[in-house]
Amino acid sequence: MADKIFVYIDHYNGQAVGPSWEAVGVALGLGPSLSSGVTALVVGDGVRGLAEEAITYGATQAIVRESAELKDFRPEPYADVVTGILKEHQPALLLMPTTGRTRELGAMVAVDLETGVTPDAISLQVDQGAVVATRPIYAGKLLTQEVARERRPQIVMIRTRAFPRPSPDASKKGAVDAAAAAPPPPATQVLGYKASEAGVSLTDAGVIVSGGRGVSNNGRLTPPAEITDEKQKEIWRAQQGFELIRQLAASLGAAVGASRAAVDAGYIPYVNQVGQTGKVVSPDLYIACGISGAIQHLAGMRTSKTIVAVNKDAEAPIFKIARFGVVGDLYDIVPAMTEVFRTRLGK
Amino acid sequence: MNIVVCVKQTPDTAASVTVEGGKVTWGDAPLVLNPWDEFAVEQALRTKEAHGGKVTAISLGPEGAREALKQALAMGCEEAILLSDPAYASADTLVVSAALAAALRKLEAVDLAFFGRQAVDSDTGVTAAQVARRLGWPSLTLVAAVVAVDPQARTIDVERMLEETRQQVRAPLPAVVSVVKEIGEPRYPSFMGIRKASKAEIPVWSAADMGFSVPAPALTWPAIIAPPKVDTTCEMITGDSPAAIAAALADRLIDEKVL
Repeated sequence: MADKIFVYIDHYNGQAVGPSWEAVGVALGLGPSLSSGVTALVVGDGVRGLAEEAITYGATQAIVRESAELKDFRPEPYADVVTGILKEHQPALLLMPTTGRTRELGAMVAVDLETGVTPDAISLQVDQGAVVATRPIYAGKLLTQEVARERRPQIVMIRTRAFPRPSPDASKKGAVDAAAAAPPPPATQVLGYKASEAGVSLTDAGVIVSGGRGVSNNGRLTPPAEITDEKQKEIWRAQQGFELIRQLAASLGAAVGASRAAVDAGYIPYVNQVGQTGKVVSPDLYIACGISGAIQHLAGMRTSKTIVAVNKDAEAPIFKIARFGVVGDLYDIVPAMTEVFRTRLGK
Repeated sequence: MNIVVCVKQTPDTAASVTVEGGKVTWGDAPLVLNPWDEFAVEQALRTKEAHGGKVTAISLGPEGAREALKQALAMGCEEAILLSDPAYASADTLVVSAALAAALRKLEAVDLAFFGRQAVDSDTGVTAAQVARRLGWPSLTLVAAVVAVDPQARTIDVERMLEETRQQVRAPLPAVVSVVKEIGEPRYPSFMGIRKASKAEIPVWSAADMGFSVPAPALTWPAIIAPPKVDTTCEMITGDSPAAIAAALADRLIDEKVL
């Protein structure tokens, strides 16, 4: 069967991450027009269980390649193993989730096989036997279709939260081809890991509460006497405001985001930045507090399903893309929202 | 150390980018040095300042991309080279990475090649890893901190920002490094730097100059379209008090099954 679909399962600490299972679902959706089966590809150390899990999500079979050398992710040996498998099996399409690891891995495998690689795909269509992927460019200000018509496999990485996750079914069965891998030892050495400073991951979050420049805008707050510098007073005020935003986020189980203006002003670390030079997000609910809606921020969150804007300025551009708007002082509105959501959602 | 920084010219992120007759346009908005690449230039300059050597900025693009290279020179890079060839007109990342790899080979004895994490126009974020793969150099992408460079032992220690963790990695030189914003604020060009950049000779290398035969791109782009219009009617929530507004908002979010 020439038209095979392979799905690469990305993982961290033994857990599948990113939209790996969503990619299995996308592969199944392409099935009738492209292929009769979906093969999950699992590479790592001690990852056999992910192959079984992939089958419960709908993969018809799985290939597992393991080696102690693959315990820590490094793109070079992973690419060596994945390229080897693809050369052997010659699938028509390799689907992957888009993550920091797969972007690098997919890039390298594409070089090995001289094929195209499309990250962040938000929709796929089959056209004359090739997959045409659509992905955002200019941070979502535009969309482009992209296709490698003459090359196989095509490599398409799907974007987080762009596709539904299939429901697992423990009764599903499929063959698992498990074997040892022997990649050449990588030149790089992993020295260790440091916990990330972010709480709920912004790109995976279903709900995001973000603050902007307006968060520092509260003259009623009096900074402690030892803060004399005007800039430090502003930052202190903003941090009180972000505390309110964190509480609202906690009441919703949400991640905390911020505009570039808030990050550049030193209110909150860059990991929280949403926008064209921050994270591009697409949650079910995005609550923008004190964010006017600069174009580079809108580019990073406009595909959110429902946008709520809280802003003092009724003319703020953020209201143009919001579903619900509140004109008012976030220092009044945000704590009231936290109270209501706590009561109603019991968090 | 012989340091290279690979940069791209892009529209400003404040630009309103639209598509007209299948062509992307950004009106009168300026073209700038890709904002992510400013961080790459910054890190390249810091590495040079700590360990000596020089920084060469290279960019693949049309004649106009000189302006992005001048920005890199004004920030403090010593040299700049423009990679320009009509054969790059429909280049995808396979072609661009092959051309950049050819340039890095021609430059000889390069120790480090810095990149920004991605370009704000095409948003692929794969070019650095592809260049590394072509050269057989270690690929260190999404680097949030260059912890140490040891020119004697010929190693670099970095922290990579993955979704779940920061991975601390040591790699032998030469290596490809793509940086994220956490590297730290890029410097502004100095007055002297701007003057120097305005007078700089920027050589152009064609594909033939590098002995590079341009491969066919793998990808084509059948259509570029505007994203579907979102429902822009904003329902304003009002009330007598913040508590009443919050309650009304919660009602509406629950009605619409958002919560």
